Amino acid sequence: MNKLKIVVLLTATSVGAMAQTKKPAPKLKANTVSASALRSSLERGKEMYATYCVTCHQTDGGGVPNLNAPLIKSSNVVGDKKKLINILLKGMQGIDIDGESYSNVMPSASYLTDQQIADVLTYIRNNFENKASAVTAAEVNLIRKSK
Amino acid sequence: MKSVAYSTLKIALGALMIVCASLAAEAQTLKVPAGFKTSIVADNLGKARHIALTKKGDLYVKLARPVNGKGILFLKDKDGDGKYDETSGFGSYGGTGIYLKDNYLYASSDEEVFRYELDENQAVVKPESPEKIVKGLIARNQHETKSIVLDNSANIYVTIGAYSNSCQVQDRRQGSPGRPGCPILDSAGGVWQFKSDRLNQSYGEGIRYATGLRNVVGLDWNSQDKSLYVMQHGRDQLSMFPDLFSSEQSAELPSECMFKIIKNDDAGWPYIYYDHIQKKNILAPEYGGDGKKEGDTKYIKPVVGFPAHLAPNGLLFYTGEQFPAKYKNGAFIAFHGSWNRSPQAQEGYYVAFVPFKNGAPSGDWEIFAEGFAGVEVVNSPRQAQHRPCGLAQGPDGSLFVSDDVKGTIYKISYTKN
Ligand code: HEC
Repeated sequence: MNKLKIVVLLTATSVGAMAQTKKPAPKLKANTVSASALRSSLERGKEMYATYCVTCHQTDGGGVPNLNAPLIKSSNVVGDKKKLINILLKGMQGIDIDGESYSNVMPSASYLTDQQIADVLTYIRNNFENKASAVTAAEVNLIRKSK
Repeated sequence: MKSVAYSTLKIALGALMIVCASLAAEAQTLKVPAGFKTSIVADNLGKARHIALTKKGDLYVKLARPVNGKGILFLKDKDGDGKYDETSGFGSYGGTGIYLKDNYLYASSDEEVFRYELDENQAVVKPESPEKIVKGLIARNQHETKSIVLDNSANIYVTIGAYSNSCQVQDRRQGSPGRPGCPILDSAGGVWQFKSDRLNQSYGEGIRYATGLRNVVGLDWNSQDKSLYVMQHGRDQLSMFPDLFSSEQSAELPSECMFKIIKNDDAGWPYIYYDHIQKKNILAPEYGGDGKKEGDTKYIKPVVGFPAHLAPNGLLFYTGEQFPAKYKNGAFIAFHGSWNRSPQAQEGYYVAFVPFKNGAPSGDWEIFAEGFAGVEVVNSPRQAQHRPCGLAQGPDGSLFVSDDVKGTIYKISYTKN
C-alpha cells in the first residue's frame, strides 16, 4: 500500500494528559481518514477478517448462537473505540451481551500489528449493518501502550 | 458509492432469504428412508437438549435455559392423537443431561446431577425435592454441559468437557503452544463414573473412567456388549497453524469420533487428533505435530471416524422391534451441525446411522434423517431453523429427536408402506 494519509486529531487535553502521566486512559476523538486510505484499510481488514475472525464470527458476521457473539448491529462494535480496541487486545470471555451468553473464548489478537487491528476493526465497523468511523493504527498504538 | 450499492444488495438478499426461510418452514418435511414417516409431536418448547421417554410414552425434556423457571418439561398426550397436549415443568436449573432408568429420572445442570423418584407410571413423585447425587463439577464457560447415562450396575457416567480447544497456554490464540502435561485433564476432558444411588458425590468419590476426551455430549450404554460408547466433539481451528494446514484442511479435519470406552481408556486429547483420511492418530500441532507425525500408540482409536466438526450431540443404540432388522442394535447419532467450517458451507444438521453386529460396526455410516435445518445449504449456523440434539426410543420402538433451536420434538416411525 502506498503512502497512507491518515490524520488523527486527538484533542490537546488527552495528548497533554498522556505527556504528564500514564494514568488517565487516553480519550480517542474524531479522526479524519482520507477516502483512499479508508478504502485500502477496508480491503486489508477484509483479509484480516477472513484469516483471523471468520471461523467464529462467520462470513455474515452473525456469529454462532450460544457460542460466538454476533457482530451485526453490535453497539460495542460501533461504540467506544477504546473499549473495542481492548476487546481485540485483551480478548473476552464469559461476558453476557444483550442478555445472551457465549460458551466460547474470544482470543486476544494482540499478536496482530497496530495497523492490522485498525484495519480489521475498521472493516467490522463498516460491514454487517454497522456504520462507524475508521480506527487508525495510531489509536491502537495509544491503547496498547496505555495499559 | 460502491459500498452503498453493495449494502442495498445485501439488504435485498437478506429480505429474500427471510421470505425463503418462512416458506421453507411451512413446507418443511424431514427426509427419511422409504417406509419411515415423521411427525412433529411437540413444538416451541425452548432450547430442548436431551430427552427421555417413559414406558407409557410420556416425555421428559431437559432445557438448556429454564422457561418460566422450569428447566425440565414433562409432556403427556392426553387425547391419544399422537401429539403431546399437556405440559408441566419442574427443576429451576438449565442443563443438557436427562436419563430415565427404572424408578428414577436423572437430570444434570452444568455442575450437578440430581435424581427424582418415579411412581409406577414413571411420573416424578416430588418434583421440587430431588436428591443431589453429584456436585461441584467444573463448568468454565466452554464445553460446560454435562451429559449422563447409566449402566445396568447402578453406575452413572457423567461427561466433563475440557474448557479449552487444545490446551494451549492461551486458548485459541494463534501461535500459543500446548501446555505440557495438560492440567485440565485432572478434572475435565473425560468421563467420570459415580454411583447412581449415593448422595453428594464429587471428584473425590468418583472415578475418572476415561480421559483424553475433549468434549462429549452424546453417549450411550450399549447393553449388548456391556460397554460405554461416546461421541467426541473434536478440536478445531487447525488453521491457527497456517504453515501446516490450509483453511480447507482445517474444515475437513479432524474426525468426529465414536469411541468404545473401556475403563481407563485415554483418547489422546489434546496431544493427538484422529485423521479419518489417513486413518491415523496424528500429533497435534500445539504439541509438535505437522499433520503427518503420528501420536503415541497408547491412545485408543475410534470405532467410527465421521467427518470433521459435525458436532454429535446425541447417541442411541436402537433396541426396539419396530424398525427393520438392519437397525437392531445399531447406533443413531444426532449431529447438531458444524460452525467451524467457514468460509466453507457448514455440514451436519442430520441424524446418522451406523449398523452394528456383535459389538462392532458392520457397515458404513449413512444419513438417516435430514432436512432439520430447513434450508438447502447452511452457510452460517444461525440459518438453521432446527438442529438435532437429543435422541430417545419410545416404548413402541419409534425414534424421537429433539431440536434445541425452536424446541421441536420429532417422532420417526416405521410404517412399512
Ligand atoms: C475462537 C473464536 C473467536 C475468534 C477467532 C474471534 N472471536 Fe470475537 N468473539 C468470540 C466470542 C466467544 C465473543 C463473545 C465473548 C463474550 O461474550 O465474553 C466474541 C466477541 C467479540 C466482539 C464483541 C462483540 C460485542 O457485541 O460485544 C468483537 C468486537 C469481536 N469478537 C471481534 C473479533 C474480531 C475482529 C476477530 C478477529 C480478529 C475475532 N473477534 C475473533 C469468539 C471469537
